[in-house]
Amino acid sequence: MSALEAEGVVKTYPDGTAALAGVSLSVPQGETLALVGESGSGKTTLLRLFNRMVEPSEGEVRVEGRPVSELDPIALRRRIGYVPQDGGLIPHWRVERNVDLVPRLLDWDAERRKVRVREMLELVGLSPDVHAPRYPAELSGGQRQRVALARALAADPPVVLLDEPFGALDALTRLELHRQFVELKKTLGKTLVLVTHDLAEAYRLADRIAVMRGGKILQIGRPEELKEAPADPYVRALLDA
Amino acid sequence: MRRFLLLALLFALLGASPALAADRIVVGSKNFEESRLLGEVFAQLLESRTGLEVERRLGLAGTQVCFEALKTGAIDVYPEYTGTGLVSILGEEAEGGPAQTLNRVRSEFLSRWDLWWVAPLGFENSFEVAVPKELAERERLKTISDLARISKRLRGGFGHEFVGREDGLLGLQRVYGLDFASVQPFQHALKYQAAKAREVDAVDVYTTDARLITHNLVVLEDDRGFFPPYEAAALVSGETLRKHPEVGSILGLLAGALDEETMRAFNLRLQEGKEDEAVVARDALRSLGLVKGGERAERETSSSPTLTHYLWDERSALMRRTLEHLGISALALLAGIVVAVPLGLWLERHRGGAEATIRLLGMTQTIPSLALLAFFIPFLGVGTVPAVVALWIYSLFPIVRNTYSGVRDADPRAVEAATALGMTPGQVLREVRLPLAAPVLMAGIRTAAVLTVGTATLAAFIGAGGLGEPIVTGLQLANSAMILSGAIPAALLALLVDGLLGWVERALQPAGLTSSR
Repeated sequence: MSALEAEGVVKTYPDGTAALAGVSLSVPQGETLALVGESGSGKTTLLRLFNRMVEPSEGEVRVEGRPVSELDPIALRRRIGYVPQDGGLIPHWRVERNVDLVPRLLDWDAERRKVRVREMLELVGLSPDVHAPRYPAELSGGQRQRVALARALAADPPVVLLDEPFGALDALTRLELHRQFVELKKTLGKTLVLVTHDLAEAYRLADRIAVMRGGKILQIGRPEELKEAPADPYVRALLDA
Repeated sequence: MRRFLLLALLFALLGASPALAADRIVVGSKNFEESRLLGEVFAQLLESRTGLEVERRLGLAGTQVCFEALKTGAIDVYPEYTGTGLVSILGEEAEGGPAQTLNRVRSEFLSRWDLWWVAPLGFENSFEVAVPKELAERERLKTISDLARISKRLRGGFGHEFVGREDGLLGLQRVYGLDFASVQPFQHALKYQAAKAREVDAVDVYTTDARLITHNLVVLEDDRGFFPPYEAAALVSGETLRKHPEVGSILGLLAGALDEETMRAFNLRLQEGKEDEAVVARDALRSLGLVKGGERAERETSSSPTLTHYLWDERSALMRRTLEHLGISALALLAGIVVAVPLGLWLERHRGGAEATIRLLGMTQTIPSLALLAFFIPFLGVGTVPAVVALWIYSLFPIVRNTYSGVRDADPRAVEAATALGMTPGQVLREVRLPLAAPVLMAGIRTAAVLTVGTATLAAFIGAGGLGEPIVTGLQLANSAMILSGAIPAALLALLVDGLLGWVERALQPAGLTSSR
């Protein structure tokens, strides 16, 4: 069964701009899919359909086979991890409280949550003793992204959505995080959807890549498929760049 | 629960509003010495001859405020002049002598508003136009017509009310063709100093004002009979007279009891700034044989006390006024917070009309404070209630604006992440947006608080007490120690409130944020 599906989705904003102009897509369980395109291509809008941060104008979106329109958005969001570009950490909360966010919303018992926060920080390569009591402003950009990842994974969601998660980092930190991401992805076996404008990043991290432009998917396939048979001059141009 | 307490407090205050109590009578007066003195004379006479509790609302801001307050029952009686009633209130032309004027206002006031002119006191206190003696001699000025001839070269200095009255400057300009190079409005008591210092060349004065002599002024003849007769009397509401018939007969004891010479002497004692109206009023009543006790007032004030002495002597009154001041300000501010914070949050959820609403609220700030204070008198009477309501309106804008923008601008990326991870809008508001907005919100409350404490000094103009009371009275009596005894504590209070709330603002700065946010 597909973890995530979109079928004939159109998204038009009240001011008339069309963010998505008919998109269909299926992401199997455990796959990492990268959505690649320039800004304005509709990749972030597509990503946000799955946790109902965006409602489609037309078409249907399904998570684990069920139409999201039938699900309570709050409950749905607690079951889907989310990592925004600059981490989106809540600035007046310590790292431990940020990581604890979803388990607390789900009413896990206190002991379990405490253990979980430590596990998650270790998982993303941070030291619970050193980093847990810090505030986001006291961390480096890379550390903040790690905390955001730990927060997204804390309640063990089957799906994680990542919106340019490494976009704001310097090249070296980005490479280091890429390496860890690939390892994590293997061990955790989650369904991941990653938005990026960096094709090299998509190649390194994703199982499949969807190239988007003007609210449509131009081509979707494994990295080597795209390389061998670009379906469109734009995809070729992007690959050559 | 907290809101309930606030409401209860507000109602308690409304309940304490003056004219509601059945066995109480409220005496008002305008904001110059003679009116205050006559008000005090009425009050003491009623106190000594009736069992009524007498409350004083002396020094209300002008004819309009006194008249509205009387019409609406906020006060029961105040001293008024027949000419003022005829021209200023009825809007009629001056015509005929004192008796004719009195008859005219008596019948009109009775039929229109059920208000009674009781006990014409026996003296007239007319408006007159005066110039410094030296100028009169140099320019050979004897009449107002003479003045009109050279008025283009002169500077006029007139009372605030006189400038806008038909039986004041407006009519004078029409009838005499007066056309001054400049016209400066003054608090009544300050005009004399300005004339003495030759900062103005012509002023309006009152017949019974002793400062005509002490300040070397010459009265110009009203050669065209412009000013109506201004006979002083007690203006009383019919309802009061029916409820307490004795009030009419007791005030009647004053009929014809005072003449211009006597009033000038009493006014002078007040104007020298060494005695307050309570002492002078007691002496006046004793000399008329209306209250017992032959000896002069026991309280002889020492010759011009220094400010520190004055403050020390007045310490208990000062304490009471400070508490009154804080009470009025705090009540207005709390009511402001209770309304403005939810309103700001609501606007943030319904952005469509937010900017327009906030701009509209911002316009309240441009209404002059006194105008806003006076605006509520027809509905709410005089005293604490209209003052609190006016201050409350002032407090709304800064709090609504800062609540709205603080919550709206709270770290949008954190807010978006919190929502995307499944926090409900309520949780996001309480746990993320409000804590982040707290310092901004608090800054709004702080602005409102300083504004309220500052503006509350003006509340004394409509009889609400507070630290404005000695300022207003002091201005009316040209007594600088009295003015400072209100102004200094009021300024200190504003600084204190600002400092205190500034500290709270910093304490509310969420941990983990650099102070620059």
